[in-house]
Amino acid sequence: MKRIPLRPLARVLAARQKGENPDAIERENLRARHEVIRDAARSRAEGRLLVLSVMFFVAFSAVGARMGVLASSEAVEPRAAASTASILSERADIVDRRGRILATNIGTHSLYAQPPRMVDKARTASELARIFPDLDPEKLLADFTGKRKFLWIRKTLSPEQMQQVHDIGEPGLQFGPREMRLYPNGRLAAHILGGTSFGREDVQSAEVIGTAGVERAFDDALRDPSRGDRPLELSIDLSIQTATEQVLHGGMKLMNARAAAAILMDVHTGEVISMVSLPDFDPNKRPVHLTGKDPADNPMFNRAVQGVFELGSTFKPFTAAQAIELGLVSPATMINTKGPLIWGRYRIRDFRNYGPELSVTDIIVKSSNIGTARMAVDIGAARQRDFLQSAGLLDVSPIELSEAASGKPLLPPNWSEISTMTISYGHGLSTSPLHMAAGYAALVNGGTLVRPTVLRRDTPQNGPRLISETTSLAIRKMLRETVKRGTASFGQVDGYAVGGKTGTADKPDRKNGGYHDDRVIANFAAAFPSHAPEYVLVVMLDEPVETSGLEPRRTGGWTAVPVAAEIIRRTAPLLGVRPEIEPGSEIKVSLGE
Amino acid sequence: MRSLMYIIASLTVMALAVWAYQQNYATQAALREVEKLHVAIGHERERLSILRAEWAYLNRPERLRELAFMNFDRLGLLPITPDHFGEIDAIAMPGPVLPRDWDAIWLAGRADDTQEARP
Repeated sequence: MKRIPLRPLARVLAARQKGENPDAIERENLRARHEVIRDAARSRAEGRLLVLSVMFFVAFSAVGARMGVLASSEAVEPRAAASTASILSERADIVDRRGRILATNIGTHSLYAQPPRMVDKARTASELARIFPDLDPEKLLADFTGKRKFLWIRKTLSPEQMQQVHDIGEPGLQFGPREMRLYPNGRLAAHILGGTSFGREDVQSAEVIGTAGVERAFDDALRDPSRGDRPLELSIDLSIQTATEQVLHGGMKLMNARAAAAILMDVHTGEVISMVSLPDFDPNKRPVHLTGKDPADNPMFNRAVQGVFELGSTFKPFTAAQAIELGLVSPATMINTKGPLIWGRYRIRDFRNYGPELSVTDIIVKSSNIGTARMAVDIGAARQRDFLQSAGLLDVSPIELSEAASGKPLLPPNWSEISTMTISYGHGLSTSPLHMAAGYAALVNGGTLVRPTVLRRDTPQNGPRLISETTSLAIRKMLRETVKRGTASFGQVDGYAVGGKTGTADKPDRKNGGYHDDRVIANFAAAFPSHAPEYVLVVMLDEPVETSGLEPRRTGGWTAVPVAAEIIRRTAPLLGVRPEIEPGSEIKVSLGE
Repeated sequence: MRSLMYIIASLTVMALAVWAYQQNYATQAALREVEKLHVAIGHERERLSILRAEWAYLNRPERLRELAFMNFDRLGLLPITPDHFGEIDAIAMPGPVLPRDWDAIWLAGRADDTQEARP
């Protein structure tokens, strides 16, 4: 850079001669120099600004481009995140209350055919028919030689069958992986578990969907992939379910019954510990739905939940409980039982004449229809209806089974006074045995409602109050007396202080109207131990006949009660209930003299 | 001085590059290993579920009942009933440990028994 002196001597001298101020020259030069310096600084700053802006531009475009890529691309889990709880796509297991498997999955294969790729169609058809005897070789060959390009042959295969199909060596036969639902216990708890079938099918996989029971009610929860391998815990106890099923099956055969059902329920938690309906089926080979047949013969019909029956005298404790709760009677109040009770064109009779009057306790113990009907008249139709409504006997049961909705109680079309009287002893109103079990649980547990459930829970429900503690105690005493000296005397099980009420109802005649003379629904609702109830048991037999005596006997006391007593004898120890001497019972001690 | 700084800096960059390169490959190897293990875990899980299903099938109450019935002579298993409950008071306190020659006494008595001819 050329450096110009600030005070060039020649110009200073020239200026002095002209009499000018030489300082002006210096300022002039200084200004010029500063201008040059300023220009240089400016261009440098501009250059820096340019570099900086390019850097910012590159940085921001990098961020923007990355955001664009992230927004438009598929999300991928970071591979390095080693997940221990891996997501399982299969259906969750179902286990009982002690963790024993009730339903699980196993991997198997499906078999499909692609006829265009087949080499020897005739031989393939005959070989397949040999492996699977239920396939028709002619029909298979027609399918193979027809227009079809794809057909399913089998949805599931056993490993042996798969090997045999492999051995045919036909390239047109292909296998696809399949998850299959397995119920290792076979028929046990079949009605609770229900069943599954394949939904949308693909070569690589198929949806397993629940078609009945718990499988259907909890279908979404069981299929939820985020559930992982956490199983669905039911309130059922496998060993108790087995014992109940075995005893009920024996009882059904001995009493020549067509069908039977039993429910064992915890009175505080509402958990169904075991629920059996006979005849039953194998959920692994769920039979095709039989339509048009009498539901009583359909093995898939869950009598404990879907079957609504007029249950007869088992209803009487509800009437007695309401009458006591309303303060109309006390357990010792004497009620006129002179029969027959004539109401319009109806006559209400007792099984036997029980004399002119009975106490409320004895009405339950001896099962007097007349006495119960008289109490119901005092209660009145509206109050009776409200009470049964709040006891949950008039609505669909809230249990988590897909069949519950079809077990809606049948109410009289017009709740007249005569309906009130017949309903008081269990005629004219049809409910399922499950409704009965839940109602009895509320009567004996101290008076609070319980909602029946098949899911395991550990805490009592403490539902809304139905009757007071004292009424509950009075009902418990009546039920105990019924077993001690009344219609349910075969229900004694040493050490368990069983209390209960029998019921026998004539079956409605569907063909001719009216009721059958010789076909009954016999049932028994029991609670044990009576002094501090923990469980209720409802046993129902369809058309039982007990033939050991001179005449065939059909009443609940002769048929359902002995079966129920045996169920209690077998299951109570398994439930962990210790036999004990009933408080307040007379122990006979003989003093030697 | 300045050139020394440059040399040190460039060497550091090179060393870091080598380290990053090695880490990258080590990570990839580890990821492949993890993937392989995941597949193995999947297979093991599948096997486990089959074994569990088999265990449940072998322990189904129906089969256990039949086995208990068939082996009643050896095992003497019965369904539990109310009279199987006991009181703790009904069990005797364990007695003193017997002296060693108890066996000898017992055997001696037994030897006598066998010597006596019994009809």
